[in-house]
Amino acid sequence: MSQARLSPGIVPGRLTAEELAANFADVAPPLDRHEAQVAADRCYFCHDAPCITACPTAIDIPLFIRQIATGTPDAAAMTIFHANILGGMCARVCPTETLCEGACVRMESEGDPVRIGALQRHATDGLMAQGGHPFRRAAPTGKRIAVVGAGPAGLSCAHRLAAKGHEVVVFDRRDKPGGLNEYGIASYKTVNGFAQAEVDWLMAIGGITIETGKALGRDLTLQALQDRFDAVFLGIGLGAVNALRAEGEDYRNVRDAIDFIAELRQAEDRSALPIGRDVVVIGGGMTAVDAAVQARLLGAENVTMVYRRDRAQMGASQHEQDHAASKGVRIITGAAPVAVIGNDGAAEAVQFAYTAVSDGQVHLTGNGFRLKADQVFKAIGQRLGGPPDRLQLTKTGKIAVTASGRTSIAGVWAGGDCAAGGDDLTVTAVAEGRDAAEDIDAHLTGRTPEIPG
Amino acid sequence: MADLRSDFVGIRSPNPFWLASAPPTDKEYNVRRAFQAGWGGVVWKTLGGEGPPVVNVNGPRYGAIHGPDRRLLGLNNIELITDRPLEVNLREIKTVKRDYPDRALVISLMVPCDEDSWRRILSQIEDTGADGVELNFGCPHGMSERGMGSAVGQVPEYIEMVTRWVKQYSRMPCIVKLTPNVTDVRKPAEAAKRGGADAVSLINTINSITSVDLDLFAPQPTIDGKGAHGGYCGPAVKPIALNMVAEIARHAATRGLPISGIGGITTWRDAAEFMALGAGNVQVCTAAMTYGFKVVQEMISGLRDYLDSHEMALPDLIGRAVPNVTDWNQLNLNYVTKAVIDQDACIKCGRCYAACEDTSHQAIAMKPGRVFEVIEEDCVACNLCVDVCPVEDCITMRELAPGELDLRTGLRRGGYANWTSHPNNPMAKAAE
Repeated sequence: MSQARLSPGIVPGRLTAEELAANFADVAPPLDRHEAQVAADRCYFCHDAPCITACPTAIDIPLFIRQIATGTPDAAAMTIFHANILGGMCARVCPTETLCEGACVRMESEGDPVRIGALQRHATDGLMAQGGHPFRRAAPTGKRIAVVGAGPAGLSCAHRLAAKGHEVVVFDRRDKPGGLNEYGIASYKTVNGFAQAEVDWLMAIGGITIETGKALGRDLTLQALQDRFDAVFLGIGLGAVNALRAEGEDYRNVRDAIDFIAELRQAEDRSALPIGRDVVVIGGGMTAVDAAVQARLLGAENVTMVYRRDRAQMGASQHEQDHAASKGVRIITGAAPVAVIGNDGAAEAVQFAYTAVSDGQVHLTGNGFRLKADQVFKAIGQRLGGPPDRLQLTKTGKIAVTASGRTSIAGVWAGGDCAAGGDDLTVTAVAEGRDAAEDIDAHLTGRTPEIPG
Repeated sequence: MADLRSDFVGIRSPNPFWLASAPPTDKEYNVRRAFQAGWGGVVWKTLGGEGPPVVNVNGPRYGAIHGPDRRLLGLNNIELITDRPLEVNLREIKTVKRDYPDRALVISLMVPCDEDSWRRILSQIEDTGADGVELNFGCPHGMSERGMGSAVGQVPEYIEMVTRWVKQYSRMPCIVKLTPNVTDVRKPAEAAKRGGADAVSLINTINSITSVDLDLFAPQPTIDGKGAHGGYCGPAVKPIALNMVAEIARHAATRGLPISGIGGITTWRDAAEFMALGAGNVQVCTAAMTYGFKVVQEMISGLRDYLDSHEMALPDLIGRAVPNVTDWNQLNLNYVTKAVIDQDACIKCGRCYAACEDTSHQAIAMKPGRVFEVIEEDCVACNLCVDVCPVEDCITMRELAPGELDLRTGLRRGGYANWTSHPNNPMAKAAE
């Protein structure tokens, strides 16, 4: 047993290298050819299939599954990529149980959907592993477009624009492109540097330049981009994290879950990553689950996720909740933090109050409990950080856009988490980036948009 | 519990399930295992005459058609008759029969089409103790190029001639195995009967090319870049076999001629269907080659359960469906049904809609919420929706009651009337 395993406080090396390697292995290993055949055979090739409707990018799922079943997985991959250029990542991170697989008619007949996500990964991995790039660019248009944010929305937009013959410059505030694919997703969902490999593969279409370390509002202004480019797409995500608004939030061992996840993703040696023994994660979304599960995987003894509403309202899907539970994460719902209790600048516990909901509002009750904590992660949602002043926002604080992503400023489009509408999902961001690209192209060239689905 | 003991043209076996003449019955080792597993009888793999044994290819002998999850639906073979010396086969047949006197052991034969060859082979097998002979006039590949197998089976005169020789030179029951590679299977059956056959067995395999290798551009199975047609069998051929059995069972000139049913029998239900269409017993090969000899145990228990649940004895089943096999012109044109979709069972896949809308009569409506409903005014009761629906019994056919209005034709359902008296039939005779 590793010496540090049960040490109090935030320490590295709670687990052995072997344990860490096993814990952070691919959470859903890819299907081999035979498994894919068996899984593909279960698809009924539905008419006007509900799975297509349920997919934000409207991938023609029955068609790609039939292409796998008939021994042409590369054709299947092309069906996917035509609708969703980040089909590889979506196959790994989509909450399929609430999207395509949740809509699968097999749910109705036997409660067991066709494994659409796994089949999508089988097809896309196979094609991507062959190297090269399967799309060719249209003739150059001479138009230049700025894409701000190299996350799923920005990459999807950039690829579609490049395919149509435009020149695209993508700016990103971080050191690496990928956005949340690179910084915001649990390591075990996208192993072996897949996010960067996917960006490299996508970039191979040509016509896209990425400039990292360039943040809007710091290094770039919207006006300057508008002056230099024919159109601007904003896929800047949600850069700010919501505050707990509870006493003691500033203790040094209270941090944003999203930063912990990013640090973990970038870590070269997980045994050097410090983690608490008693970890409390506040929040109920995918980020909370990713932080909680990975805290356990790093060796935290007790990890508790606390969410203020009931289980059905958690942002994390049932699959994610089950995954967390299977990794030993305790999930408490209907409780909110009232104070972080600490000593000498460090949290030692979190005081929670049980909540009651009336008229849709969450109220604290007089009852509560205290959880021991030597590390606290906040995962109660992100918000748009410092949007350009001139942009009209919605009541929820996101950039107001039309269905095709047009903002209140002519020549500026937006999509992904920063824009209003749709769920804050990778796949939704891909769809919005793609559709905005089609609209930008139509706007600049007069061509007709091609939107799948 | 139903008694499955079978007496087929005087050949007794503890159940009606025999292994057909094929690789599973090529030698003592396999046949003993088959008997241990419970098979009622075997037809020993076809013996040829004395002399140098036949040779087989040394590449693949089989090709297959698969369904989902590689379920084997059809099997093609280019194997020839036994390639083991005659005396070895004869010795083994004798030993096995001695050890299993209660099981049926029939010898399949194929020798050149001359009287001498047949007289000779019959004398050679006489003291093996075998219960009967089956004349292989069916194999469509290899041996047929040498004037044997289906080359005989396709010429009724030859069938009659050889059958006559066999009945002349042997006291054993004689079963003539028919090839399906003919236009009208009743003709060879008639010939067998004229020649004195005690029974016919059918079907042998169907001429086939399983598939084509799209890189080598060669038929499969491929032998050094080339392929020859083989014989097709397995579940895929069952409908063809059932029809041929029924044709012989109901044909005036062959009615009553005992039939050993063969062709894709995989389960007890398949066997029961063959028997209902007139087969006195059944022979199985592909199911055993796919799953091993143990499958007979399901066939035995299944047939027994079926007979018990229907309070039938085995002989009650044989031929019971034959009177209901008729010609199209005898079908009741006033029988009207309409598709009904059970909305509770429907999983909303829309396959019925796609099939009906794209390829049939546009008689299913797709309503908001993926609700699929039959439009009775347009439904011709073709049954395609039933056939493509993935949920068993979700779509059924409702029979209109006599007098009920058919919304499609505007006519009320009448009594029995068939094409022979239909006004649109130029040859119509007045209804009797």
